[in-house]
Amino acid sequence: MQQMTRRAPRIERRTDVDTPPRRDPAPTRLAYRMNRLWLTPLFRAMLHVGLPVFLIIFCTGLYLADEGRRDGLVTFAQDVRRTLQERPEFMVEMMAIDGASQEVSDDIREILPLDFPISSFDLNLEDMRRTISGLDAVARAELHIRAGGVLQITIDERLPAVVWRGRDGLELLDVNGLRVSALGARSDRPDLPLIAGEGAYEGVPEALDILAAASPIEDRIRGLVRVGARRWDVVLDRGQRVMLPETGAVRAMERVIAMDKAEEMLARDLVTVDLRQSDRPTLRMSDGAFEQYKQIKIIEAGVLSR
Amino acid sequence: MTDLYQSQRAMRRMRKQAMDRGVVAILDVGTSKIACLVLRFDGPEQFSASEGITSLAGQSSFRVIGAATTRSRGVRFGEIDAMQETERAIRTAVQAAQKMANVRVDHVIAAFSGAQPRSYGLDGMIELEENFVSEDDVARVLAACDVPDFGAGREVLHAQPVNFALDNRSGLSDPRGQIGNKLACDMHLLTVDAHVIQNLLYCIKRCDLELAGLASAPYVSGVSSLVEDEQELGAACVDLGGGTTSLSIFIKKHMIYADSVRLGGDHVTSDISKGLQVSLSTAERIKTLFGGLVATGMDDREMIEIGGDTGDYEHDRRTVSRAELIGIMRPRVEEILEEIRARLDAAGFDHLPSQKIVLTGGGSQIPGLDGLASRILGQQVRLGRPLRVQGLPQAATGPAFASAVGLSLFAAHPQDEWWDFEIPAERYPARSLKRAIRWFKDNW
Repeated sequence: MQQMTRRAPRIERRTDVDTPPRRDPAPTRLAYRMNRLWLTPLFRAMLHVGLPVFLIIFCTGLYLADEGRRDGLVTFAQDVRRTLQERPEFMVEMMAIDGASQEVSDDIREILPLDFPISSFDLNLEDMRRTISGLDAVARAELHIRAGGVLQITIDERLPAVVWRGRDGLELLDVNGLRVSALGARSDRPDLPLIAGEGAYEGVPEALDILAAASPIEDRIRGLVRVGARRWDVVLDRGQRVMLPETGAVRAMERVIAMDKAEEMLARDLVTVDLRQSDRPTLRMSDGAFEQYKQIKIIEAGVLSR
Repeated sequence: MTDLYQSQRAMRRMRKQAMDRGVVAILDVGTSKIACLVLRFDGPEQFSASEGITSLAGQSSFRVIGAATTRSRGVRFGEIDAMQETERAIRTAVQAAQKMANVRVDHVIAAFSGAQPRSYGLDGMIELEENFVSEDDVARVLAACDVPDFGAGREVLHAQPVNFALDNRSGLSDPRGQIGNKLACDMHLLTVDAHVIQNLLYCIKRCDLELAGLASAPYVSGVSSLVEDEQELGAACVDLGGGTTSLSIFIKKHMIYADSVRLGGDHVTSDISKGLQVSLSTAERIKTLFGGLVATGMDDREMIEIGGDTGDYEHDRRTVSRAELIGIMRPRVEEILEEIRARLDAAGFDHLPSQKIVLTGGGSQIPGLDGLASRILGQQVRLGRPLRVQGLPQAATGPAFASAVGLSLFAAHPQDEWWDFEIPAERYPARSLKRAIRWFKDNW
């Protein structure tokens, strides 16, 4: 009790009384309306998407309304393109032709009018390939641009297989009868067989087969003549001629060779061996031979009659 | 009555539109603060007219996505006093709530506590044409209620059918489809001063908002603060607001009486301000921080610096004991409670089966109020807080937000009022097309 009276009463002092009230100023009518407008979804979308799109389109339209500016833009774009295409990495400096003879490569250089150096963007390889393939002497052409600015042209030439003596002179044909080139003189290519006659080029594969079949008498063959644009005659030296049928000509030729081997038929004095009727091969002897034959027959008859 | 129908139905249409859009604002125009909540109606439970009252009375169908309060300006006794000021305050609250919700609101449901609400009990009776009750009969019996002469310049704010009686069976909440001969109804009619509504309408219109509903604050704070059995058995909700203390009595889930006393927390503040010679804002702060109603010995020793800005040392270093503060506050609070007691007595609250009294509103946070109130109002007093609703920020869950929360519930699930029923055909204007259609329907 004593102690309690002695202790001074504890007095709490509260001081946190006078803080100013929170300020929340009222928005003006305009600010309030703008705020509400801003919260309108359509308006927001318009402002976020519609307005920029409109501005871009409008400004571009305004800029491009002038013809001069449009042309300027186009030229600028072309210039940029040009400079890009004409960078040294894209330039083609020269043309290399592989697999072609001198004449063919000269021809190619002639028909491809290229001014080197030229940008590879300006080369239309497909067109060029078609042009080159248009040459008679070219079977197949491959074009590509090699590193180092080289236009590489690889050519498969047509190989001449026969000489055709046509109406307009001598021509070289390949195995399929396609023209390779003209030939000045027969003696330029004595290694190739000679064919002649109307439409001889159509039967070149058959002719080659016939020649292969006739290889035992190769040194005697002068050439092949297309008759009536449908069948072959084999012309041998000494004016002999083997007339082959329209179909089965190779078989017929083999038969001739077989007969020749057996009886040395062709070594005799025959003019023609006619195999056009396969069941009835016909031989025509020369006049002298026929006379001699008659003499022999008469002698034989005389001997017999004696 | 027809133009009342028109305006109230227009508001109901507006509310429907707001529901369709999914966003509606709640505006509680109080004397000390203006609260704005933004509700989004997209909860799991959508509205369907056929199902009637759904679980939780529609609470789960919305969530609060924006909430803002601002110090109220230009409002006195729950009525708009300076319109420009109030308009600015509403703008502030609405803008802040919109900012939080990040959505624009166009429809607003408002509540106010003042305007001298006056309750009337109406009854009407009709003979049924057929021997069962149709929708039309309900409308007719509502129309048959004889409306008292509530005077010029008054406007009906609520007209809620409270009870239906069929022959000698009373206490029906929904008589439709039931068999009987005579239908009677009781209706609770709440009128307020018309000019207050007009001022509020004007303010809201000036803020570019559409009014989608109006409610009286005592009603909506009762809706949010009374629990279900209290509403069922009979209870009074006392909302101690800033400028007014409002009172609503509920029984059988219907409000049967509402009134307001033009005294509130602001009067306590002004008493403190006058008694301690401090500014109103300091007085408000002292009240909220140190206020109380029951003095103890400890309070004599607790000194409060009341401060000042004069530069005079003696004046600025004044202190006051908490007991003195309580001595200033208590008589005023007693006066308010006495006034409430008088209103309750006048309303015949003693005759209710249960006499629960729930104190809510910002003023109910004064420490010791429950003790004081139980001495004046009766033993069954409790302090009430509003219902929890989804998404409500913690700062807005206090009893001061009872009417704002109640208004949200009201927006989600409004009670059927008179104007929600069809106008009976004989009340139509004589040459109305609707009347002709009705006549054809009835005769063929």
